[in-house]
Amino acid sequence: MPLLDVRDLSVVFQRKGTRPVTAVDGVSFTVEPGQTVGLVGESGCGKSVTSLAIMGLLPRRGNRVGGEVRFDGTDLLTLRPRDLRDRRGRDIGMIFQDPLSSLNPVIPLGLQVAEVLERHQGRSRQAALREARGLLDAVGIPDPARRLKEFPHQLSGGMRQRALIAIALACKPRLLIADEPTTALDVTIQAQILTLLKDLVDRSGTALMMITHDLGVVAGLCDTVNVLYAGKVVERAGRHDLFADPRHPYTHGLLQSVPRLDADRGGRLHQIRGSVSDNIPWPEGCAFAPRCDRVNDACIGETVPLAPTHRGGALRCTNPVPQEVSA
Amino acid sequence: MSEALLEVEDLKVHFPIKSGLLFDRTVGHVHAVDGVSLTVDRGRTYGLVGESGCGKSTLGRGLLRLVEPTSGRITFDGTDVRALKGEPMRLFRRRMQMVFQDPMSSLDPRQSVESLLVEGLKAHGLHKGKAEAQQRLRTTLDAVGLPASALHRYPHEFSGGQRQRIGVARALVIGPELIVADEPVSALDVSIQAQVVNLLADLQDSLGLTYLVIAHDLAVVRHISDTIGVMYLGALVEEADGDQLYRRPLHPYTRALLSAVPIPDPQVEDRRERILLAGDLPSPADPPSGCRFRTRCPWSQSRCAEQRPELRAFDDSGQRVACHFAEEIHSGTLAMHEVRTELVRPDSAPAVSPELITTRTDLPAP
Repeated sequence: MPLLDVRDLSVVFQRKGTRPVTAVDGVSFTVEPGQTVGLVGESGCGKSVTSLAIMGLLPRRGNRVGGEVRFDGTDLLTLRPRDLRDRRGRDIGMIFQDPLSSLNPVIPLGLQVAEVLERHQGRSRQAALREARGLLDAVGIPDPARRLKEFPHQLSGGMRQRALIAIALACKPRLLIADEPTTALDVTIQAQILTLLKDLVDRSGTALMMITHDLGVVAGLCDTVNVLYAGKVVERAGRHDLFADPRHPYTHGLLQSVPRLDADRGGRLHQIRGSVSDNIPWPEGCAFAPRCDRVNDACIGETVPLAPTHRGGALRCTNPVPQEVSA
Repeated sequence: MSEALLEVEDLKVHFPIKSGLLFDRTVGHVHAVDGVSLTVDRGRTYGLVGESGCGKSTLGRGLLRLVEPTSGRITFDGTDVRALKGEPMRLFRRRMQMVFQDPMSSLDPRQSVESLLVEGLKAHGLHKGKAEAQQRLRTTLDAVGLPASALHRYPHEFSGGQRQRIGVARALVIGPELIVADEPVSALDVSIQAQVVNLLADLQDSLGLTYLVIAHDLAVVRHISDTIGVMYLGALVEEADGDQLYRRPLHPYTRALLSAVPIPDPQVEDRRERILLAGDLPSPADPPSGCRFRTRCPWSQSRCAEQRPELRAFDDSGQRVACHFAEEIHSGTLAMHEVRTELVRPDSAPAVSPELITTRTDLPAP
């Protein structure tokens, strides 16, 4: 049984007097225990809203969440807020993009780590602080005993992200959701944090759901990758398949449009025309159709279904990029 | 045949750190740019890479004198830029323009595109009659791939990529020779980045522009630059032709930087050798003695603390490197060692002692 089974998740934002906006439109995917799953897409594709909906962290008003989020068999969407709070932080940990705004600026770091242990594991303050010290050490923060008394502004960006990882992993959750954990960091610090995450996940057997826009990060980390476009999964594949042989024109275009450090300097980059806002609503066809080079009549008119592929993934396209013949 | 358009010699930009309640005492300096020399050839692209806080943006702004350099020499096409004052300086800026990172905050939301572009023309005395100006605006918009109807619209009506095109158009309408582009694509989505990168390349081909591109993304910089300079803590540590830099990075920092950039290919990612740097960038207010990189360098020796390495030619390939031991590291005779992580304060301001702040430690469970 998958650890996390998201079925047909949808999030619609609506304020009084405005048109409803469907941010997430029937997203389904699973995360097996110990597996690393990537959610990739550009801004506005609904990847962050998906993670917030799974955690039940969307604002209480102004949105409708549909579908099911089964974690270990229970539907998180139907839980009472109290019960959900018990799970968050204990079974599911989360790391956000900007570590400075995720940490409380006026509470010493040690207490912020200890708080999780006190709340979920009923430790005493003393015991929790002792354990917090070990956690900070485990995520590679030098001199943890002194750091415990310090405040977030006294740490650098990379150290703050390490502290956040320590908080998320304090209760040894079975699932860790990381929403763009390295986007705010420099490349050399990004490499440190990704190595740390990989190492911790490998050692503890925690499943990781990685949300990112950076295909390079996905390539090094994820077992399975879900590519999102305009609120729907357009392609799902194992990482080797996806990068060696992308079938959806959007995935294909994305991979072609990033300059690669290790490739020869070619002339022009491949570009996807238009922008993310040039789309048609899913019920009227494929949202990517206006930007697609392979568009045909079948793309417009009705929703394109997500069909399973023979390599164990799924694809939402009527005219996929032909499979490359391996030489 | 290449001819230098811009020459920079030992440029320094230091910012004072002020302190005190009543009187502004200068208690130190942030050495944002600390002795950079480089040459940008006409019609070529010079790429400047480095991590945040390395001084690359300050260098770009210092070149246009948007911030006043502390010392050094800037020569643009034979003219000493730092000697210019007042009106001559203002008119000189016509020849060098800047494109900023975030097109949303660098374009006035209350000005239409037409007004944004005409403003530059007027400021530089290029507005000679309405008809001619209109013609010029249309040609410029056409060059950056925007329809003429864009003139009467406002920045918020455009997508991120289109806004960056407006930013480029604003720089271009004056007819500059040098464009300093500070992180021109980093605020854009991947699929849009390629559009802007291609646009910059096309404009260079058709107009013979010279670029100084400042970015943190090595892959993007390598794609568009003829020459790449790598900056660390206010100084250039290595300079080379783009392909050469990737094939043979000499400076330990360049090697670490290159190995840290993720590559969208799992087979490459699984096999790569990574040099993980310990710790963070030291504070530019109190840079380490000698070589700036020595606190994080896995090859550092005692000499590195005593003597600051100059940027010197490595061999006759034109590659320059600022490292005492580049030859030994390259040939493998010097072995890597462990670097102990030291914690670096993000700011040099004196930290408030935790005892002075009363905190609620009795937070109720949420």
